[in-house]
Amino acid sequence: MLGSLTRLQRYYLYYTGCFLTFVAALALLERHGMPPRWIGYAFLFFTMSMYAVIGIVSRTSDVSEYYVAGRRIPAFFNGMATGADWMSAASFIGLAGTLYLSGFQGLAYVIGWTGGFVLVALLLAPYLRRFGQYTIPDFLGARYGGNAIRLVAVAAAILASFVYVVAQIYGVGVITSRFVSLQFEIGVFVGLAGILVCSFLGGMRAVTWTQVAQYLILIVAYITPVAILSWNVTGNPVPQLVYGQVLQQVTQLEERLFDTPAEQEVRRLYQARADLYAQRIMQLPQSLSLEREQLSSQINQLKASDAQMRDIVVLERLRRDLPQDPEQARTRWENEMFAAAERGKPPLRHAEPFPGETVAEQKVQRINFLALIFCLTIGTAALPHLLIRYYTTPTVHAARESVFWSLGFILLLYVTAPAYAVFAKYEVLSHLTDIPIAKLPSWVAAWTKVGLVSIEDINADGILQFAELSLNPDVIVLATPEIAGMPYVVSGLVAAGGLAAALSTADGLLLTITSALSHDVYYRIMRPGASTQFRLVISKSLLLLVAVLAATVAAQKPGTILSMVAWAFSIAGSAFFPALVLGIFWERATRAGALAGMAVGVLLTLYYIVRVEFDGLGWFGARGFQMAPWFDVQSTSAGVFGVMAGFLTTVLVSLVTKPDPRGGSFLKNIRFRREADPT
Amino acid sequence: MNGNADAYWRRTRRLTFTLVAFWLLVTFGITWFARDINELSIFGFPLSFYMAAQGVPVIYLMIIWWYNRQMKKIDAEFGVEDD
Repeated sequence: MLGSLTRLQRYYLYYTGCFLTFVAALALLERHGMPPRWIGYAFLFFTMSMYAVIGIVSRTSDVSEYYVAGRRIPAFFNGMATGADWMSAASFIGLAGTLYLSGFQGLAYVIGWTGGFVLVALLLAPYLRRFGQYTIPDFLGARYGGNAIRLVAVAAAILASFVYVVAQIYGVGVITSRFVSLQFEIGVFVGLAGILVCSFLGGMRAVTWTQVAQYLILIVAYITPVAILSWNVTGNPVPQLVYGQVLQQVTQLEERLFDTPAEQEVRRLYQARADLYAQRIMQLPQSLSLEREQLSSQINQLKASDAQMRDIVVLERLRRDLPQDPEQARTRWENEMFAAAERGKPPLRHAEPFPGETVAEQKVQRINFLALIFCLTIGTAALPHLLIRYYTTPTVHAARESVFWSLGFILLLYVTAPAYAVFAKYEVLSHLTDIPIAKLPSWVAAWTKVGLVSIEDINADGILQFAELSLNPDVIVLATPEIAGMPYVVSGLVAAGGLAAALSTADGLLLTITSALSHDVYYRIMRPGASTQFRLVISKSLLLLVAVLAATVAAQKPGTILSMVAWAFSIAGSAFFPALVLGIFWERATRAGALAGMAVGVLLTLYYIVRVEFDGLGWFGARGFQMAPWFDVQSTSAGVFGVMAGFLTTVLVSLVTKPDPRGGSFLKNIRFRREADPT
Repeated sequence: MNGNADAYWRRTRRLTFTLVAFWLLVTFGITWFARDINELSIFGFPLSFYMAAQGVPVIYLMIIWWYNRQMKKIDAEFGVEDD
């Protein structure tokens, strides 16, 4: 059996065995009293040094090796590397939580992120491989000619990738600070080191082989806890097969628990709180001074009577924490109002598609569901760090095969995520809801301390109602080992998996940004005569620079940048998809058309996001320009308009401009040729 | 050679567009009716939940598999297989 495997497959088999032995050894040590903190360190140290070894072994000073791994990656391994490249901290940690919170509606992510690969396989991968250069701007530059389009493409690639890479490094900081109890900022720089050992010396070649290693760890780490949980709950260790039954139980529990008098009372109390905040916001700024006066008079009253000092201190702190000015009060109270209103809403039924009280609400949900699928699909098929992976296979046929493997390896995780969510919901409904708060399982208290779980007994009955519990989406994957009562070594494994997911994606993104700058801007536009050695020096220095920059931004804990990741898909989709697809399938597409389409697409997407999401931009002094969304589409799906406008503009402008004869010969080469031989 | 390239491209294009149309139908067609088909159940799952969580992604994988298979045949017919 071993004999039929290739040498590489055998290496990775040994590697996986080595990793599993390591986990088993730690489990044994834990039983003999090894403290959890040490287990965290052991995982961090072991996985990082594995990646470092692979990174150093694959060091290279060849340009083709550095940018496209010498185009020697077999389809199977390229698929695995693409899987790790694609699945980020958001997929690993966030997806199951999103599915927990939004039930069926969250499945848009599963459909969108997998559907994108169909478009990659059919419309892009074979043609990119046959073209056989280094970057996506390369392709657009060669198809349409000229440096303008190359520069626009570089700008869009950096815009979409940089935000994304910052979010990955941020994820590394979160994971290391939580499991290894490093300080967040130190965690960020540990992440930076982890990224650099993979990419600095060996470029794409090293990144590819570490990504394969990282995929193996992340998939083992993702599936193990939920398989154990599934075994505990149903007696079957394959969660994907049996969570349908658990889902039925969840539905029954929802029927029983969601409309009890206590639940309804809690929701009414939250609605009342939301109304109160709405009223206060309406009456700004008087309401703020009124609030302050009331607290002051209460404090004076207490001081006059002989009340406990402690009570006075509590009130004084409340007064001190009041918003400084009406502006701050508005934002803070608005947040409180939305949070309360959210909890006051009737809860979602997990399996119900497009939930809504009225037919109109259901329609809005359906439109947003489809719009989100559209954006995620197109965005997937347009993110440069994913597309360049298909330059690395030996042949066009291998590129096609490798998309198949990519989707297969990615499916393994995406098919498991909904099971995570359903098991977690079952656990919450059967073991938390309607239970006295004093008797809740210990993991609730542990995660409340970190701030990821919050419980508020708003109706003061001492019992937890479903609406009184709020969970941060990250907690589902991170806490599942504890929920199922597993030893700490499983938690460490999950942390190692999350780390692998974040690092592998960050590597790919970083390389994309670097090659856009060093290959497209420096070599192709500024100094076409640069020697290969010097090009590599430039590449490596830029890599270092961009990595440090991204880590520095991540260390600031930028809240807004994390929500911007969702927009990266819309931005990438509207920038690249129309220009790439029309460039391959429509001979008549011209340079002016593509340029106009890219510009219109990105600008429209940005315009829509800004106007729907923000009410004012402080820096520009513009304010009060918030608009109602078009067709009720949320800003995360802004790409729907951007992509369509991009297609339309490209077609219209191409039709009125003169066709370029060079386009035809370029197309002949990428549509039908034995083998592209890159020079 | 020129005619050969054109014929190859016509075949590829037809296959591609057929599969893209099928992809559109699966992605947006089935999903549009999710509320209406959720009463039915499959392996203990409500049908539309199952489709979105497992069925549709697996169909995607099958689409890619079919495309690769057909392209391999077309490549062989035109003598441009590259492995």
